[in-house]
Amino acid sequence: MIKVTFNTDMCKGCALCVGACPKGCLAIAADKLNGKGYSPAFIKYQDKCIGCAFCATMCPDCIITVEK
Amino acid sequence: MATVFEKPKSLTNAPFHYCPGCPHGIIHRLVAEVMDELGIEGKAIGVAPVGCAVMAYDYFACDMIEAPHGRAPAVATGIKRCRPENVVFTYQGDGDLASIGMAETVHSAARNENITVIFVNNAIYGMTGGQMAPTSLPGQVTQTSPYGRDVQHCGWPIRVSEMLATLEGPEYITRVAVNNVKNVRNAKKAIKKAFENQIQGKGFSLVEVVSACPTNWGMTPESALKWIETDMLPYYPIGVYKDRSAAKEEA
Repeated sequence: MIKVTFNTDMCKGCALCVGACPKGCLAIAADKLNGKGYSPAFIKYQDKCIGCAFCATMCPDCIITVEK
Repeated sequence: MATVFEKPKSLTNAPFHYCPGCPHGIIHRLVAEVMDELGIEGKAIGVAPVGCAVMAYDYFACDMIEAPHGRAPAVATGIKRCRPENVVFTYQGDGDLASIGMAETVHSAARNENITVIFVNNAIYGMTGGQMAPTSLPGQVTQTSPYGRDVQHCGWPIRVSEMLATLEGPEYITRVAVNNVKNVRNAKKAIKKAFENQIQGKGFSLVEVVSACPTNWGMTPESALKWIETDMLPYYPIGVYKDRSAAKEEA
């Protein structure tokens, strides 16, 4: 079981994680806003995740934790 | 459950003030990861620049000093000479290191001061609103070159790594980039080597990180990373420009 968690309050919605994901698991929650006023990233397809942590490697704000 | 990736302990919990998609956050994290891996958080002293990274002292969990604009290598020289047991690094942008601080950079490299310099090159002055920097590319549109950088009028952009590599002094000069996962991982290896060189007393190590400025380039974060690949890396090629220890081993 792979678990990807986002510290959503710190996300700035830059979408670098979305572009880095080789499996297309991530997306920007366009209908939501966090406390900073950005639409945060979230994991849309948890089951497709392979735990490569590419998203966390490219995240400029260190908001992604990957566990497996 | 095993943790594959989490925020390094050498970063504080302060949220970065950088614009969305700014690679400064990635480079901060790489430095912090290296500090964690080498176990030097307790004895590292960082020198923050003037520029976007001016508030780096809030983000690194080690001791930090703020230097006047461009003078970080001079301040680091003083710290390292007084406290040789500490690991001293500077974190500077291109406006800081390649413009006002060029003299300090060149002379600390020439003296082979035993410090580590992280040089973030994003080809523009970020904090002040996107003016032309010494590293702005020919034809690049900035606030102060609205028709593109005219090299007949403004001169050519400076390749800092190549220039410093011509000196006898420095130990390790390399250029890396943070435009994709592979390059980010290689950047971390280079930063680690730069810190290890200092711990082993080898001397001046500079890692130039080709970075992006989505806000002032007027691009989305993702297209800014593509622009690094298509426009910046041809002028600023990735590579090791000087590695004295490796050259000695080969000889």
